[in-house]
Amino acid sequence: MSANVHRVNTVTAPALRDPAWMKRVTIAAIALVLLWPTLVLTEFKPWELFSPGTLKPTLKFIGDFFPPKLDAVFLEMVLRETWRTVAIATAGIALALVAAIPLAIISTRVLSISALSGRMATLPAIVRQGARIVLILLRSVPELIWALVFVRVVGLGPTAGVLAIALTYSGMLGKVYGEILESGDAHATTSLLRNGASRLQAYFYGLQPQNAAELVSYTVYRWECAIRSSAVLGFVGAGGLGQQMDTSMKMFNGSEVSTMLIVFMLLVWLADAASAWLRRNLE
Amino acid sequence: MNAARLPDSDLSKLFDWRCKSCWFVFGLICLTIASFWSLDLQWAKFFSADALRKMGKFIGELLSPEWGAKFVGKVWVAALETLAMSALGTLLAAILGLALALPASKTHSDDPARLRTVTRLVLNALRSIPELVWAALLLILAGLGPFAGTLALAAHTAGVLGRLFAEAIENAPPSAAFALRVRGVPEGRIFLYATLPQILPQLMSYTLYRWENNIRAAAVLGVVGAGGLGQMLAFHMGLFQMNETSTILIAMMLLVALVDVLSFVARRKMQA
Amino acid sequence: MNFTLVNCEARHPAAKPGDAAALRGVSLAVAPGEQVAIIGPSGAGKTTLLHVLACAIKPSLGELKFGEINPWAIARPALQRLRAHLFLAVQVPPLPPRQRVVTAVLAGCLPAQSLLQSVRSLFYPTQMELARAALARFDLEDKLFERVDHLSGGERQRVGLARGVVSNAQLFLVDEPLSALDPTRAAQAIHSLIEVAGERGATLIASLHQVDIALQNFPRVVGLRDGVVAFDLPAAQISPAMIQALYAHKLHELTEPIAAPSDAAPAQGLPAVMHCR
Repeated sequence: MSANVHRVNTVTAPALRDPAWMKRVTIAAIALVLLWPTLVLTEFKPWELFSPGTLKPTLKFIGDFFPPKLDAVFLEMVLRETWRTVAIATAGIALALVAAIPLAIISTRVLSISALSGRMATLPAIVRQGARIVLILLRSVPELIWALVFVRVVGLGPTAGVLAIALTYSGMLGKVYGEILESGDAHATTSLLRNGASRLQAYFYGLQPQNAAELVSYTVYRWECAIRSSAVLGFVGAGGLGQQMDTSMKMFNGSEVSTMLIVFMLLVWLADAASAWLRRNLE
Repeated sequence: MNAARLPDSDLSKLFDWRCKSCWFVFGLICLTIASFWSLDLQWAKFFSADALRKMGKFIGELLSPEWGAKFVGKVWVAALETLAMSALGTLLAAILGLALALPASKTHSDDPARLRTVTRLVLNALRSIPELVWAALLLILAGLGPFAGTLALAAHTAGVLGRLFAEAIENAPPSAAFALRVRGVPEGRIFLYATLPQILPQLMSYTLYRWENNIRAAAVLGVVGAGGLGQMLAFHMGLFQMNETSTILIAMMLLVALVDVLSFVARRKMQA
Repeated sequence: MNFTLVNCEARHPAAKPGDAAALRGVSLAVAPGEQVAIIGPSGAGKTTLLHVLACAIKPSLGELKFGEINPWAIARPALQRLRAHLFLAVQVPPLPPRQRVVTAVLAGCLPAQSLLQSVRSLFYPTQMELARAALARFDLEDKLFERVDHLSGGERQRVGLARGVVSNAQLFLVDEPLSALDPTRAAQAIHSLIEVAGERGATLIASLHQVDIALQNFPRVVGLRDGVVAFDLPAAQISPAMIQALYAHKLHELTEPIAAPSDAAPAQGLPAVMHCR
């Protein structure tokens, strides 16, 4: 019976309108209004890529990509620079650890002795918060900016790259170490502290064994990131593969660029595979 | 006899040649030593009185940013440019990523997915080259300015998003698509009517997440000349105008902080 | 649409390699416009039979023919055209959660639409009246612009049936269409289905868990047990003893409702993809 009533309704009801239509039109209009200044600000003129003036050198540059330059002297140089890229990353991470580990331990609440009995005392709370702020500040300046500054101070070369990575990555590592250390079960650590162990003893016998795999795994992953970073840092003059790539690009040498791009992709892929393998084997 | 053996087997366990973590630590130490040894690191020059004085001067000037109205206006425009670069770059990347994700995914067991391997290779190549390297390359093609930066962000992000999108498509619950496929609906329409509505929230959250990343990337991308705050930063730092540099750095950090807040709010809203 | 199925063997659509066949030699001939109910205990092969008839799985043995056409012997485009005339409603309606009801229902028209029409319909539904009329048959017209995930399980199941109504299918294959409905709704839904099939002279094959509804509403009832046809008779000739024999050892299924399997997608957050920033 109710079905019949509805049948009648269908006949007499006014034409249907989609209630969401106005909303959709409004959203589309807003999107278009926002897109316009975006296109202007980014000087989005893709057709200029195909204007005869640009197209010819572009095609020549890209045409040079094949074949890649493969003579022995050049390859040897590329391999040396690739190693330097890895070395800058590794040295940077090693230095970053020197700062990150103490800061992470200082900032960990679980290791607070005063917090065992009620609230954390004022001074330790300030110190912990201070360590956190230092970590956030270190993290918030990109390594590329540090590298720019250091290159101005000491000149071109790997030193600037190593320091830039060390500074930014100490912030990243320290912050995440702190999070890892506080995420797990704190019971083992607090009972050590209650039994009179010092903070460092509690760290080494309670926190560290519990979280070791995760800490190392994150570090290895960051090392992989640092390799990409260190290649990029070369573009501002901090040595390694990036610097050579920058030079070749400035000289419009397509075949050199293509060799180095291939080597770089292989390097990233290798680092990716190595880091995945290491992390798998740490379980 | 048992008692005599026990320490022995303990020892052999300790020095087990297959002990993975020992080898791991040993390898790491070797790698680190080799790194420091092979790089001619000039710590002496770095910590020389001259360099330290320079650093001190740098930092001192950094603490007094330039607040002139004209300069702040220029920084404001550059910040907007950075934002525009990241937004347009992410939008282009999402479109390109989706276009590449479709051939890169195998949607059902009878799908031949002939282009899957090739497309995945393209996505990997796009992804493994960082934004900054893309920018340096594209500067040659598109010339100095934010357009090259936008394209660079789009190229790298398309690789990242394309892979994530392809995985989302492959992992979508198959039943809705099956219901249409069994009626002979072509694949493109199946995607629009069954798969896309299921994964759209996921695609949106990936894209927003990458946008957030891209704003940070866009801020520094300019140092090779690809527009935005970065280009301004490299310019003023090159002239050792540290007060101006300081203002730009502050603008960068404010921009990133703003993005963090907005993305947090947006994600909260999407979850609700 | 008429079809014959001869001596068919097939495996369940979700079968793993090595699983036994769910249909073991089923033969069935159905004339155009006929309305057939399929009953039988769980695991009897009802779902597999409907999937075979929908050309969703290829029988490993035996032959399926629509009129003179063997769907597995014709070219793929022809098979796709044939499939457009079939409609399979599975037990858990496969509707994307965030889609609106109107779009979900109109997806039933997709085989008859061009690409342009179907894309346009995503932005502004082109056949809203059709969708509303279909929903009205199941007492759901007020949910037209609701989102699918705001509906109850029973409402979703009826939306799935409404999708069949808007399609121009000549063969309706519905798998347990009433599993999530209360008795009143179930009776209304099955009446609507029979009515729609009758109006357009389409064939209706429904697998049903509720034996009484099958016997009351369908002129012909097929009993399926362990992958073979136990009986295939006009409803009037089926005795309670035959039903008892069909459900032997599974008699509780005659009285207890079976919970519909849920199709809830696992919760997906951001994946653990680590980024270098």
